Amino acid sequence: MNKKRRLLLLKGLVWLLGLAPLAWLIWRGFTDRLGANPIEQVLHRLGDTALILLLVTLSITPVRRLTGWTSLAPLRRPVGLFAFFYLTMHFLWYAVVDQTLDMEFIIEDIMERPYILVGFTAWLLLIPLAITSTRGWIRRLKKNWQRIHRLVYVATSLGALHFYWQVKLDTYWPIVAATVLAVLMLLRIRWSRQSRPGSPAD
Amino acid sequence: MLIRKPNDIPSSEITPERVYINRRQFIGKSAGIALGGAAGSGLIGGAIAGGLVGRPGRAMAQTPGQRDWSAVRTERDEELTPFEDVTSYNNFYEFGTQKEDPARNAHTLQPRPWSIEVGGMCANPGVYGLEEFVQPGKMEDRIYRMRCVEAWSMVIPWYGFALKDVIDRAEPLGSARYVEFKTLVDPVQMPGQRSRVLDWPYVEGLRLDEARHPLAILATGVYGQDLPNQNGAPIRLVVPWKYGFKGIKSIVSMTFTEQPPYNSWQRAISSEYGFYANVNPEVNHPRWSQARERRLGEFNRRETLLFNGYVDQVAGLYAGMDLRVYY
Repeated sequence: MNKKRRLLLLKGLVWLLGLAPLAWLIWRGFTDRLGANPIEQVLHRLGDTALILLLVTLSITPVRRLTGWTSLAPLRRPVGLFAFFYLTMHFLWYAVVDQTLDMEFIIEDIMERPYILVGFTAWLLLIPLAITSTRGWIRRLKKNWQRIHRLVYVATSLGALHFYWQVKLDTYWPIVAATVLAVLMLLRIRWSRQSRPGSPAD
Repeated sequence: MLIRKPNDIPSSEITPERVYINRRQFIGKSAGIALGGAAGSGLIGGAIAGGLVGRPGRAMAQTPGQRDWSAVRTERDEELTPFEDVTSYNNFYEFGTQKEDPARNAHTLQPRPWSIEVGGMCANPGVYGLEEFVQPGKMEDRIYRMRCVEAWSMVIPWYGFALKDVIDRAEPLGSARYVEFKTLVDPVQMPGQRSRVLDWPYVEGLRLDEARHPLAILATGVYGQDLPNQNGAPIRLVVPWKYGFKGIKSIVSMTFTEQPPYNSWQRAISSEYGFYANVNPEVNHPRWSQARERRLGEFNRRETLLFNGYVDQVAGLYAGMDLRVYY
């Protein structure tokens, strides 16, 4: 019972924190405090939030292993889905608001601008992951589920690259994001080697 | 004549009345000149093209409230970008790399007293106090489009004078082909310079014929008042047919050279930023399109215009040049 309550509390916290960036944007929007270029501001904040939440999703298991807080495990799904939600909003904001659904330009952007192509690919990769995040799909896919869901590392790497290529010159935050991701990946590789000595990391 | 004079600006306002000099601020002593005079002095092509609203003889220390700017339009009938946006959304890496950083951090800049060193290949070098430096300048409002290389744009009512006015005084030698400008270096006044994000000082330059073009100005004000620090106080370059980064801010030196200046953004990423940096919708940035732009305050993107809409005035400067090579 105590464990159940703690899980409920943690999940409530995830929802609160997950919705906070959206609430912040809406509040800034209604109080006209999104700056001189609100369309760009919203686009960038949605993208930042998606990448941060992807990194948070990936750090849940390492934190659980390092601290022994097993109750964190069930948070991976809601945090991951919030990340996907912000990434989807980021893409829709780009396509619908920033480019006003001008398909000619959107297609040109995706085909000809590498940073947009990698960002778009990251979003595409996460769609099947979001769909198969339910208990039913975990059961149906069995061992394959874990394999498929490792794509989240590929998607997050592409997201960090998208961020890096997008900035004009000041790459400080993209490098911070890439470093965090690299540490998380190294931890996972190390642990997977330890659990199966001799087998290649996958 | 093509002069565009918004109907609701009373003619008294574009007639020279008298020269107001506010010595506590600063003003070019020869600030007053009739629009007709400007026309006669060869400024006309550019001034007209730029949608100049001639209001000579006005003191610099004027607040936006003192004139109804709402009716002012460019020669293409574009509205001005609000003062608040012009002064809160800036690229001025000396104060941080985010758009809102300069407005937040530039209070440490001391734009008075200020001096500017004129040197290099010229007959008349020297170090000038600001008032002295702008003295040959014929002060006027210039309504210009400003197109950033990042694909956003504004319409800004600058207050300043033709760059040519101070070039002529310096008397560049026949062998001088370029003019180079530098920004102040002082990490105390400009905290962004503590980071090596760019190689300080910020350097920009123009070919001398570009610099002498009547559209190229040095601005000391915006919206009829002194430049706020974040916009490049106390004096900055404005070259409206080029991307905004050519408009070097807080200038401390002007040097005539034979070789093209190695401008800061070219030095930072030469595959993406060149010396010319002319606005050109056909030549994309390697990472993004330059075909369209977001005019701040507008929802739909606009088509970007060749030379930012000043093609009739400046295309001659680049006759025979491959603009894909000289980007």
